[in-house]
Amino acid sequence: MREIEYRDALNEAFDEELARDENVVIMGEEVAQYNGAYKVTKGLWEKWGDKRVVDTPISEAGFIGMGIGASMLGIRPVMELMFWSFHSVAFDQLVNNAACCRYMSGGLINVPIVMRGPANGGTNVGATHSHTPEGLFAAFPGLKVCSPATPADAKGLMKTAIRDNDPVYVMENTTLYGMKAHVPDPADGDFTIPLGKADIKRVGSDISLIAHGASVLRCLEAAKILQNEHGINAEVVDLRSIRPLDQDAIIDSVKKTNKAVLVDESKPFCGVSAQIATLIQEYAFDYLDAPIKRVCTIDAPAIYSPYVEADQLPNAARIVKQVLTIA
Amino acid sequence: MSHFEINLAMETSASPLDFASSPINRGLSAEQKIDLYRQLTRIRRFETASLKQYNGSKMGGFLHVYIGQESVAVGCASLMGENDHMITAYRCHAHALAVGMSMNECMAELFGKATGCSKGKGGSMHFFAPDKNFWGGHGIVAGQTPLGLGLGYGLKYKGLKGAALCFMGDGAVNQGAFHESLNIAALFDIPIVYIIENNGYSMGTSQARSSAFKDCLAQRAEGYDIDWDLANGSDLYEVRAKVNIAMERARNESRPTVLEIQTYRYQGHSIADSAHKKYRSPEEIQSYKDNHDPLNLWRQRLIKENLLTEESAKKIDTEGKLEADSAVKFAEESPAPTVESITEDVYWETDNTTEASKIGRYFFND
Repeated sequence: MREIEYRDALNEAFDEELARDENVVIMGEEVAQYNGAYKVTKGLWEKWGDKRVVDTPISEAGFIGMGIGASMLGIRPVMELMFWSFHSVAFDQLVNNAACCRYMSGGLINVPIVMRGPANGGTNVGATHSHTPEGLFAAFPGLKVCSPATPADAKGLMKTAIRDNDPVYVMENTTLYGMKAHVPDPADGDFTIPLGKADIKRVGSDISLIAHGASVLRCLEAAKILQNEHGINAEVVDLRSIRPLDQDAIIDSVKKTNKAVLVDESKPFCGVSAQIATLIQEYAFDYLDAPIKRVCTIDAPAIYSPYVEADQLPNAARIVKQVLTIA
Repeated sequence: MSHFEINLAMETSASPLDFASSPINRGLSAEQKIDLYRQLTRIRRFETASLKQYNGSKMGGFLHVYIGQESVAVGCASLMGENDHMITAYRCHAHALAVGMSMNECMAELFGKATGCSKGKGGSMHFFAPDKNFWGGHGIVAGQTPLGLGLGYGLKYKGLKGAALCFMGDGAVNQGAFHESLNIAALFDIPIVYIIENNGYSMGTSQARSSAFKDCLAQRAEGYDIDWDLANGSDLYEVRAKVNIAMERARNESRPTVLEIQTYRYQGHSIADSAHKKYRSPEEIQSYKDNHDPLNLWRQRLIKENLLTEESAKKIDTEGKLEADSAVKFAEESPAPTVESITEDVYWETDNTTEASKIGRYFFND
């Protein structure tokens, strides 16, 4: 079985889509000649040249707005934010122009862009570089948001995002770029994963751990501990896509286990998990045997200190502790 | 020197160039020249009607009318070919009409009706007509300047010989997005023409109180090694001549231009700004109307060229008024959008009920 890194799975997605559609353009800071700040776009410029893989100046509002404008004419820019944290300098482009042009034109305009890059904490880069804005952008109708946790999901979701006719914001993770796992061989056919489809990463019966992105991996670690040390059989639901959202997968799991802990690297206030909690209370209220609990990033700007940053984020120990309050 | 004084200086300068003889204007037929007059009057009549209807509480939100600036949008639109594109800010009605959108769909949009150009979803600041290469209508000051860049980028990417015309007000020149756009436009050789419609006031703040500059705003382009020019917007011939040079530069050399066109608005920045006479004198407004009004000047030109008479000009004006009246009636009688339509036109997938639209939840209503 073929195993490749998360970054190479993304690279493969870009390469395949560049080949499939002449309107696909990779754009961003250092994505071409430098091979990408995290080597996610390595080799693509050499293979596809200046027209298809474009280095931009450090000018997020400028080049993202340019990509949006070009997409109105049918170009499909796949634009990298070196960190999703840098969204703030291009916010008008990301939420007014990308999310609202279709609506304000009564459906006459499409904005088929992909915005991508890492959105995560845990690398000791401080508050300005550690934002996780998936819940923020999912709050803007017109945008789609996904957050893959594995190399296969990263490739499959990215290919779907590039083919989508609306703006899709893909939140990757610097701590996952080096993760190696199975990704289907391109020789076995076109591999895509639909947006809006969750994946049960571990089947269980006693409690539902619902997460996205790297938190899914923390849940899997916690599930092992819960099984081995406490005899609790946890189910891990990987949302993969935040909007559209696989509500059925969430509700089905909670109906089965009757308990839920939501694990979310967003901050607790109005984070993705807050939305999931309201859906569970609305659609599975009678099935709940305990209050819904959450494990979010501790509610402060991201701390730098390598001594404690890991404890600010959801981790296996915090998840286990929270599960034991209701299990 | 104030913006207004610059205008006066231009008017009285010693050697005014006669732009009527520039190649792009020499090629105009009598019919085309008269049609330009028709476009000018249609816009003024539309804006006058919309102002009246706004004051009659027939529409909500803001209303930024274009009265006084008509020659800019009309002159530019008259130069557009198949591969030329236009995008502008929120004072967009004139551009929409100039590229060929109907008064009916525009007025209905102002009224918030389902028959509006954006089905009542955009409003005054957000008119669009992709089929006429018109990409809005954008509400955030300078937010459209990178989008215009993208239109130029798209043209170049597809190997099409065209120009993107991106309009903005004089207040937009101080936004970061515009400067980012200028840098990329020069760096990537984008076929774009940034047109600063300088009406002298960014809302209620005069140019002198809002912008630091040496001789004029467009001159800032020098810092980016971009060609720039300054045009007197009250002369339709001059607008066409100078914009054409910039568009040809875009089409033939794939190089950007920043063109500042001096113009003036008679009304407030928006309807919320009815006390606009507080930041400028009634004499200043009157003087512009008397000496620089683009409609009057063009009419006089055409009368001098024996293409119009006062009577035939009046007839054209009356036709514009009747068309605007009829658009008001159309808007009034049109149905409002339904509540169900609120969640249409958000996502392509759900609008087209594709297989993908059935996977996952897209909307999170109660």
